[in-house]
Amino acid sequence: MTSPGNSAILQQTAALYRRRRLVDRLMTGVMVVAVIVAVVPLFFILFYLLKEGIPGLSLDLFTQEPNRPGKEGGGVHNALVGSGIMVGLALLIGVPIAVGTGIFLSEYGQNRAGSFIRFFIEVMAGIPSITIGLFVYSLIVANQSGLLPVMGHFTAFAGALALAILLVPIVARITEEMLLLVPRSLREASYALGAPRWRTVLRIVLPTALPGIITGIMLGLSRIAGEAAALLFTALGNQFFSTDINAPMDSIPRRIYVYALGPYDYWHEQAWAMSLILVATILIISLVVRALFGSRVTVRS
Amino acid sequence: MTTRDLSRPRRPSSLQNRLQLGDWTFRTLTGLAGLVAMAVIVGAFYELGSQAWPAIKHGGISVLWDTSWNPGRQEFGVGVFVIGTLITSMFALVAATIIAVLVSLFLVEVAPGYISRPVSYLIELLAAIPSVVYGLWGIFVMGVFVRDHFGPVVVSTFGWIPIFDGTPLITGLFSACVILTVMILPTVMAVSRDVIAAVPRSQREGLMALGATRWEMIRLTVLPYARSGVMGAAILGLARAVGETLAVTLVIGNSVRIPDNIFSPAYTMASVIANQFPEATGLHQSALIEVALILLAITFIINIVARLLVWKVTGGHRAVVQE
Repeated sequence: MTSPGNSAILQQTAALYRRRRLVDRLMTGVMVVAVIVAVVPLFFILFYLLKEGIPGLSLDLFTQEPNRPGKEGGGVHNALVGSGIMVGLALLIGVPIAVGTGIFLSEYGQNRAGSFIRFFIEVMAGIPSITIGLFVYSLIVANQSGLLPVMGHFTAFAGALALAILLVPIVARITEEMLLLVPRSLREASYALGAPRWRTVLRIVLPTALPGIITGIMLGLSRIAGEAAALLFTALGNQFFSTDINAPMDSIPRRIYVYALGPYDYWHEQAWAMSLILVATILIISLVVRALFGSRVTVRS
Repeated sequence: MTTRDLSRPRRPSSLQNRLQLGDWTFRTLTGLAGLVAMAVIVGAFYELGSQAWPAIKHGGISVLWDTSWNPGRQEFGVGVFVIGTLITSMFALVAATIIAVLVSLFLVEVAPGYISRPVSYLIELLAAIPSVVYGLWGIFVMGVFVRDHFGPVVVSTFGWIPIFDGTPLITGLFSACVILTVMILPTVMAVSRDVIAAVPRSQREGLMALGATRWEMIRLTVLPYARSGVMGAAILGLARAVGETLAVTLVIGNSVRIPDNIFSPAYTMASVIANQFPEATGLHQSALIEVALILLAITFIINIVARLLVWKVTGGHRAVVQE
């Protein structure tokens, strides 16, 4: 049993095993380092948002209009209202289309037509927002045909339309998924009572999936609330307070962009404060959604 | 015959028609909503194409590699922007994929649930931060760090290598690369985590039963099995990196010059649009819309390739839905 050759082999095997185990531990260590590298930026960003953003928070920020450039003080009331109006209008335009798409995909979409539409939804989700902005610019702002009163100039409507285009794929995908989660037995109970398919969907399936669909809408909302690139050449921006959807309108993300590029310290301070408000809003939505519906869905910008 | 009549009573035909009409209407309406997605993409190609047409006629196909962009002299070669986009998004792609795969392996293979769930959530939160906030942070925090601390160290250590021999500023290629890496990390991670989790348990158990260590099991079964899915994840990240606009515009320095070191200011396709479109007119504007059209085409192709790869692995679209 203990011939010299045999023990040499044993020694070799033991050495080999030690090396294999070392490599295994080394790679586990590398993975842990990667996790730290991946998580650290988040903490840095949140830390600086709080550190730089809190000093800029004031009542004026919420209630005052921007001063002329260079004059300290003032607020971003117009941008807050503008963001609210455009996001609201984008929801009005986008949600019916997105929910309709989701219904079609879940109810009638287990075939070639469904795959076809699903493919375009996926592609739509991947278009860069600046490209969507220029598309809406060409379609509405640069359109001199006068077909619609909102055409031919920069308008809040164009901004809302661009945001709606960003919103649709997000909400449509989540709606489809949520509708597919509704138990078959509920539909069958409705069919058994003689209800046609469309009434079953509207009266049984949609209400059952409603919390999930609302989640999807909130996620979409937090995605478009932070969007600036799609608004640059559609809603443009506005130094003054405006609620006219047929005129240029300001928004929080665009104002952050402008102030970040600008030369004044108080602009930078206000940009940090606006970023803090924006990120806090988005994170609160995300946490609420997660607390209510678990980890199946996530927010993204 | 009578039994059949009893079990399936014949409904009045008018009611039946009404029911069918209701279903038909419902199906048509929701189907039309679904077609909006197609209309948007076709419409975008058409609208951008027609607005870009003067520039396309002016410059032809050679603008793609022509590097002379000078609106004053009516020269609209987009080569410089293509180079800037390629460098930044390739850097981000490689760095984010390596980190994302290691993190995914940690989450799926190593960490217990009470660690992996919060960690995935934290990384997913990176995706919730708006692009302009990344840009703001990139200028005032990261850019300053690169200029004052990281850059000088790199230049004094590796300065003998030409691509590291530059003047670190707040804005430049390097800052853009880092910001993009952080921004696409959650996208790549979410998908690669799903494809790695989709590797069948039996594959892992087979290797463990043969006495493999965990890393050997990962290297020999998990990685080969998940490879094309991870490629799909990486390409989805690439699509995001290529189209990312404002964060990059804020930190890349915006200079129409072929970058010669990692700290040079540069331009990407998306950032030149954001930066120059406001004051562009005529052919200049048309050329910028042509850049947007190229971006649209690139992301269209990238998305097709990525989705084919991810579909192949996960056998459906479910894995991508959470992306």
